[in-house]
Amino acid sequence: MNDFLHSIGLQALSLQGFGPLLAQGAWMTLKLALLSLALSLSLGLIGACAKCSPLRVLRVPATLYTTLIRSVPDLVLILLIFYTLQLWLNDFTEMLGWNYIEIDPFMAGVITLGFIYGAYFTENFRGAILSVPAGQLEAAKAYGLNRTQRFRLVLFPQLMRFALPGLGNNWLVLLKSTALVSIIGLADLVKAAQNAGKTTNNTLYFLILAALVYLVITTLSNRLFKRLERRYNTGIKGLAS
Amino acid sequence: MTLSAHALSSHNEQLPEPFPMARHASIANTAAVKLTVEDLHKHYGDHQVLKGVSLQARKGDVISLIGASGSGKSTMLRCINFLEQPDAGAITLDGQTIEMRQGRAGVRAPHPAQLQNLRTRLAMVFQHFNLWSHMTVLENICLAPRRVLGVSAQDAEARARAYLDKVGLPSRAADQYPAFLSGGQQQRVAIARALAMEPEIILFDEPTSALDPELVGEVLKVIQTLAEEGRTMLMVTHEMGFARKVSSQVLFLHQGRVEEQGSAAILDHPQSERLQQFLSNRLK
Repeated sequence: MNDFLHSIGLQALSLQGFGPLLAQGAWMTLKLALLSLALSLSLGLIGACAKCSPLRVLRVPATLYTTLIRSVPDLVLILLIFYTLQLWLNDFTEMLGWNYIEIDPFMAGVITLGFIYGAYFTENFRGAILSVPAGQLEAAKAYGLNRTQRFRLVLFPQLMRFALPGLGNNWLVLLKSTALVSIIGLADLVKAAQNAGKTTNNTLYFLILAALVYLVITTLSNRLFKRLERRYNTGIKGLAS
Repeated sequence: MTLSAHALSSHNEQLPEPFPMARHASIANTAAVKLTVEDLHKHYGDHQVLKGVSLQARKGDVISLIGASGSGKSTMLRCINFLEQPDAGAITLDGQTIEMRQGRAGVRAPHPAQLQNLRTRLAMVFQHFNLWSHMTVLENICLAPRRVLGVSAQDAEARARAYLDKVGLPSRAADQYPAFLSGGQQQRVAIARALAMEPEIILFDEPTSALDPELVGEVLKVIQTLAEEGRTMLMVTHEMGFARKVSSQVLFLHQGRVEEQGSAAILDHPQSERLQQFLSNRLK
């Protein structure tokens, strides 16, 4: 079989024995991206609501958060958060006389990425909230819906119409940023490709392979986003429902 | 009907004869007082929009608020269900005055439970309909009865269909989204949404101002039917002819004050110079 693949120049398909390693890397990347997405979406919604709040005590920290995070490179933040988190934790455990706790690189990656992209999603959601016509919420108020109901039944389904294009975009950037966490020791797809490349002296080939995996994930998620957009756009005239 | 009355009512042809209540509007309504609005003040920055306006609605009253744009009539209506927070003044529904207290952001705000109670008893129809655009007509009408009043899904739907029928919409409209309906149909859905709350008072905020002229009549017809049923209604309107037909009381606002008030007859025989001016301007 291998001979046959070789003969047609497709030794690629055998992955030179690195298939499982790459698959694990891909799985790690996907897990990391999805968990960070969940965290950053939550932070984004909370942040956006805080930024749109009439209360200064909510607005100011949220503004500080988005301004700071969005003005520092992701890589710097990743190193900063990962190492300072560990240092703080060390101080903390020392103070309490506990044993040394090492931060799990995976959780550190999720927290760091979630925290960074939460800032972008905050702006994303804030813009979307502002785009929902005021009359929609006014009617909800006038008919006695409470704060939670207004958010869940009226604001959220409508802000998603405006948020989705930006969310899709930010998700792609987030997905690709997971590659950065390989520097804090996570065996993600890029790391796996690099290792395989070094060992086989065929880095280019494995990197292209990794790129293809990213392409597959992004293509699939684009489809999902298109479907979500269609769903949230029902009721808008001039769009397919 | 006097000559001026003909000139005033632009939708005469489309409407049925004025109903008896309105013709005898001078006969005082002696029903119990339903709603009292006392001495409302409201300012935006330096601009004083309301400088102490009051009104009293008895059961079955149809009160029209008229006046030029910027006179404060919409603000007054919106203060009644606290979409705007009045700076001073009192709203009393069935003898219970809404208690005002320091709110979360440091502004005067109504007592939350009393506000909630008030909002379930007053329904509002907006100038721009404000139907929830992501929901079908049926969902629009059922939402508040289900979530706020706790009506069961079946009962809410039955209510919704009955009121859709009442405002003259075909049953197939129930599953459509508001954006696919004409303005007049949307406003009638909005009225059905208000009716489904089975409110004690309906507030209309310029219900026909956003409509194409040819669609105004169908909405006014529905509102007139409601007036004939003896529903208590407060209506901000620019439709003078309609106001004089259905109103038991007319309030003319000018620069944040009630300049003149009385039965619909004041539209034919305005006493104040301002109202005379206002009415003659509208005929140009």
